Amino acid sequence: MNLNPSENLIDTATENLPGPAVSEKPGSPELATKIETRDLNFFYGPMQALFGISIKIAERSVTALIGPSGCGKSTFLRTINRMNDIIEGTRITGTVYLENESIYDPQVDVVELRKKVGMVFQKSNPFPKTIFDNVAYGPRVTGIKNKNELEEIVERSLKQSAIWDEVKDRLNSSALALSGGQQQRLCIARTLATNPEVILMDEPASALDPGSTSRIEDLIYKLKQEYTIVIVTHNMQQAARVSDSTAFFYQGELIEFGLTETLFRSPREKKTEDYITGRFG
Amino acid sequence: MLPSSKHSLSAKTNFRRIWEGIVLTSLMFCATVSVFVTAAIIFVLVSESVVGIGDSLAFFQEVSLWSFLTDTAWAPQYGEGQFGILPLLAGTLWVTGIASVIGLPVGLASAVYLSEYASPKTRGIIKPLLEVLAGIPTVVYGFFALFFVTPLLIKPFAENVLGIEANIFNAMSGGIVVGIMIIPMVTSLSEDVIRAVPRGLREAGYALGSTRFDVSTKIVVPAALSGILASFLLAISRALGETMVVMIAVGAQPKLTWNPFETMCTMTANIASMANGDAGTGSVEYRSIYAVAFTLFIITMGMNIFSQFILNRYREVYH
Repeated sequence: MNLNPSENLIDTATENLPGPAVSEKPGSPELATKIETRDLNFFYGPMQALFGISIKIAERSVTALIGPSGCGKSTFLRTINRMNDIIEGTRITGTVYLENESIYDPQVDVVELRKKVGMVFQKSNPFPKTIFDNVAYGPRVTGIKNKNELEEIVERSLKQSAIWDEVKDRLNSSALALSGGQQQRLCIARTLATNPEVILMDEPASALDPGSTSRIEDLIYKLKQEYTIVIVTHNMQQAARVSDSTAFFYQGELIEFGLTETLFRSPREKKTEDYITGRFG
Repeated sequence: MLPSSKHSLSAKTNFRRIWEGIVLTSLMFCATVSVFVTAAIIFVLVSESVVGIGDSLAFFQEVSLWSFLTDTAWAPQYGEGQFGILPLLAGTLWVTGIASVIGLPVGLASAVYLSEYASPKTRGIIKPLLEVLAGIPTVVYGFFALFFVTPLLIKPFAENVLGIEANIFNAMSGGIVVGIMIIPMVTSLSEDVIRAVPRGLREAGYALGSTRFDVSTKIVVPAALSGILASFLLAISRALGETMVVMIAVGAQPKLTWNPFETMCTMTANIASMANGDAGTGSVEYRSIYAVAFTLFIITMGMNIFSQFILNRYREVYH
């Protein structure tokens, strides 16, 4: 176990891990744990949506969450930036750690958490503002008013999300005039502008054509140099292409978690095999 | 068998065709009623105020448009009679202005509260209460203004804080109460458009580390702006046209003044009191009612056209 040995909390959780530990990843044994959940249960009112999820997600890697609709993978994703908080009547037990911090602690400022843990949604949702104002939104909310600084952030973020060349001449036109794929990359740029450490992606390419999808995938591949990425996807090939580790969810439980290659080539669980070979879901 | 069944089929077709015709005609009649009424109103207003019919003179054939627009006094009963619209216009603007200052921000704020902050339970209590507020007859609002707002709020405030005398009939209390009256309208119309802002925009805002206030003021309200403006304009039109409250609380003395604690008279209250008064049919006083009504009609029509323009101009800026 290469995980930071000074964190005793991680050692005790290791036994709960249903799959091989992240550290078995060949070639990059030095990756530390960025996100860890322990015995996470989640409820929508009386209905339980997640059952005892314990998982460790390595930093600067792409972790794919797969599983049939309603299996809880999106719900799980949204517990990491506490997006479920805005839904009335939800409840959580267990813990989620971002590095050493338990993010559901009462003293945690959820606004600060969401700046560290950005999110990109299934349906591209640019604000009905200009391209510039979309990307500058996050920094402005943080209190940055200096025009040069904002311009710098906007340019950097748009370049990072590989859309700068397409929009640099029309930063002041409406974001809604962009194509679906461009809008989604703009939304990624908007997320990058707040300088997050983790980026959560909820089926970011499911509404896009193949060309735009592959651009997003290239982008994800590039971004993992700097960011920890967790991505929900319905597309097996996509999970296989972009991710380092894959977690398979079924009916609110984490069935199997391991290196993407291993999980797709020789799944340990029968359910995983059935799902990835298309027998259900 | 075959021919007779064919016959019955065509008979049914005929019956259906006639029935469809009846339905179409009656629906069309209902739809055109409002058009005819509007046309008739415009006809009456124009004929009595601008172009006389037959022997009778129109208002503007006796009183020049210039003096109507620039005279600073409205006193039809005295001597030759003075017919300056300005005092009435001032009364209307005072009341509408005060009502807007009170009603629009409060209405919008409560719409934002109901849509973005309130729990479903709280909303379940407040929304029906707002509907009750909207259902109170205006005459009750009028008495509320005259017997509660004026003696308990306006008079003590004017006398103790500002050190001036407030008339028992004054534009301030009428304006405040008309403002309260338009709150439910602004709230329910604005809340509808605010709630129609896609959930995805809010989620994007929260995911970028916005507070609820940031999401409300920087994302939701701007996205719903066209609908909010339209609700504002409709509410202002309502305030412009309000009659009963201003008759009871503001008074019936046309006065061109900068002091809102004085008694005034609005265009609507003037029309109502003149119509009830002893202005003889065919007299210039009588026709002045039509000239005032025509002015009011032009103002409210302008407001409606403007709000339509705003709605069309900015409709569906989000998808």
